[in-house]
Amino acid sequence: MPATKLSKAASHDQASRIFDLDVSSLRELNQALHNLTPGSNETAWEVLHPKGSHSVAVGVDQPVTIDVRGSVGYYCGGMNSGSTITVHGSAGPGVGENMMSGSIIVKGDASQYAGATGKGGLLVIEGNASSRCGISMKGIDIVVHGNIGHMSAFMAQSGNLVVLGDAGDALGDSIYEARLFVRGKVDSLGADCIAKEMRAEHLELLQGLLDRAGVTGVKPSEFKRYGSARTLYNFNIDNADAY
Amino acid sequence: MTYRNPPTTPRKSATFDDYTLSEIRRAAATGIYDIRGAGAKRKLPHFDDLLFLGASISRYPLEGYRERCDTSVVLGSRHAKKPIELKIPITIAGMSFGSLSGPAKEALGRGATLAGTSTTTGDGGMTEEERGHSKQLVYQYLPSRYGMNLRDLRRADAIEVVVGQGAKPGGGGMLLGQKISDRVAEMRTLPKGIDQRSASRHPDWTGPDDLEIKILELREITDWEKPIYVKVGGARPYYDTALAVKAGADVVVVDGMQGGTAATQEVFIENVGQPTLACIRPAVQALQDLGMHRKVQLIVSGGIRNGADVAKALALGVDAVSIGTAALVALGDNDPRWEAEYNELGTTAGAYDDWHEGRDPAGITTQDPELMKRVDPIAAGRRLANYLKVMTLEAQTIARACGKNSLHNLEPEDLVALTIEAAAMAGVPLAGTNWIPGKNGF
Repeated sequence: MPATKLSKAASHDQASRIFDLDVSSLRELNQALHNLTPGSNETAWEVLHPKGSHSVAVGVDQPVTIDVRGSVGYYCGGMNSGSTITVHGSAGPGVGENMMSGSIIVKGDASQYAGATGKGGLLVIEGNASSRCGISMKGIDIVVHGNIGHMSAFMAQSGNLVVLGDAGDALGDSIYEARLFVRGKVDSLGADCIAKEMRAEHLELLQGLLDRAGVTGVKPSEFKRYGSARTLYNFNIDNADAY
Repeated sequence: MTYRNPPTTPRKSATFDDYTLSEIRRAAATGIYDIRGAGAKRKLPHFDDLLFLGASISRYPLEGYRERCDTSVVLGSRHAKKPIELKIPITIAGMSFGSLSGPAKEALGRGATLAGTSTTTGDGGMTEEERGHSKQLVYQYLPSRYGMNLRDLRRADAIEVVVGQGAKPGGGGMLLGQKISDRVAEMRTLPKGIDQRSASRHPDWTGPDDLEIKILELREITDWEKPIYVKVGGARPYYDTALAVKAGADVVVVDGMQGGTAATQEVFIENVGQPTLACIRPAVQALQDLGMHRKVQLIVSGGIRNGADVAKALALGVDAVSIGTAALVALGDNDPRWEAEYNELGTTAGAYDDWHEGRDPAGITTQDPELMKRVDPIAAGRRLANYLKVMTLEAQTIARACGKNSLHNLEPEDLVALTIEAAAMAGVPLAGTNWIPGKNGF
């Protein structure tokens, strides 16, 4: 179900279920989300006054929308499986860590390890992301409107990282099969990460990612693609200097 | 007849012994460090250096086959709504699907379940074989997060955050290309046939303050139901235990350097970390200093072989032990029946440790479909259960002889040491003396 239709249904047919973390505890919020069953009518949730709380809306496994009104601490949306979480603020370390599916949108900036080890779904950061964005990613798609910090996509295994701004040092160090698309400059590439040809299939893939992330006015042709040179996939003593 | 001066007997160097010379030649020829499985093989102060005193005039024993000697243990009672209740204080350590075959993982689950204890996943995710056949399954949360997913996290009975392991404190996992079958590759989201060097640090936390937040997240995801273990290699057992407790662990697992690995550098196994015996008292001391002994449970692993080792570990203050290498031997690892095939691999039964090559004649540390058929999960599981029961009976025999109606009532006072080293490490007197090295200033 498209997000627009969902929010309309929520506003007309039923009120959002509101959780004010000034009144209710984090435990009550997460337990209520985990108690959801398939087909539940409680499809729209709103979290007020998160005030940097850790582990907001972690382990949600139903396709609900959760609007978090403010900034969150560590691991917001951790292991998300199918829900759509929007953080109307900034996110602390590990937002969307190990996400399985669904989507997380951060309206502000994100701290370290955004989308770490994510297996699937879409993480959109409308501001900047700090270091190690997409570390060890395993299938997640990450779109950052701003810049990303150093050591991003370290040991990235699978999935796509799209950066509209610049990337810090050692991008894609020890990368496996993940694809990196950067529109701005890259301070340096990590071990075994190289610039690669942008073929038609990649332009198409990138356009799809930009569309899903709600990015307009930016063309796929403005990006460069980076990925693995695959020279470190099997150990060879003559490559030892690369580490 | 010519006179010949008497020759000297050829003398080999103690420093440059045959093994050392062979290793220099091997390194020069291949240009790669030696990689192998298992734990430290060098001689180390160990449980063999401790003895129980038994009953005497001042202590009376319990009847061997009549009076009850409790072996049960509850793990994770500090915070978890559903702690793990085990019939015996011997658990099966984490070993990955990938390093072990599917049938071997199934056999571990079957054996542990028959004996009333838990088994543990490894650096490769949870398989149906082990979930289906393990009544109580501990799900490891590792730096690589291979195969980590919400469904498996929720169907685990406990979660073990792995910071390190005794064979290689500070090192990550290693699974070389020859063992990366289609199934292993898919579970780990990596291409088939490439070397996998797992990360040594967690991707989304560093240090004890982050760990506390990570544990909170895992509890929130699993609704505070499951015990959270923290496993560390035997590096700094006092501080690691204290910091794990501070971070909120329900159970601390300390793995000494005899603890095995699927594969890492020989130089790492033999030169990094501390012997299991040296790790126990500092870990127990940390719990006692925090007032958390017996509230946060301590599991120790690395070189546990028999009921005497179990009893000695428990007497030093441990709540449960964990076995890996010994469990594999019970399944059939290094069995002399495969001697001809071990010889073809340039080794002999009892010394085979090239587990990373995936050619295990016993069919345990392999992904080869033909070799893995050699493990019958039902029969191998039965052997493991038998072995666990024997270890338990042995520990009970010793405990009753010391007058204890529970294995957990064994205490340091029941022990003496045969060597000064063991006396110092275990904090018990040297046999025949009242001297505990390091105590009272000398």
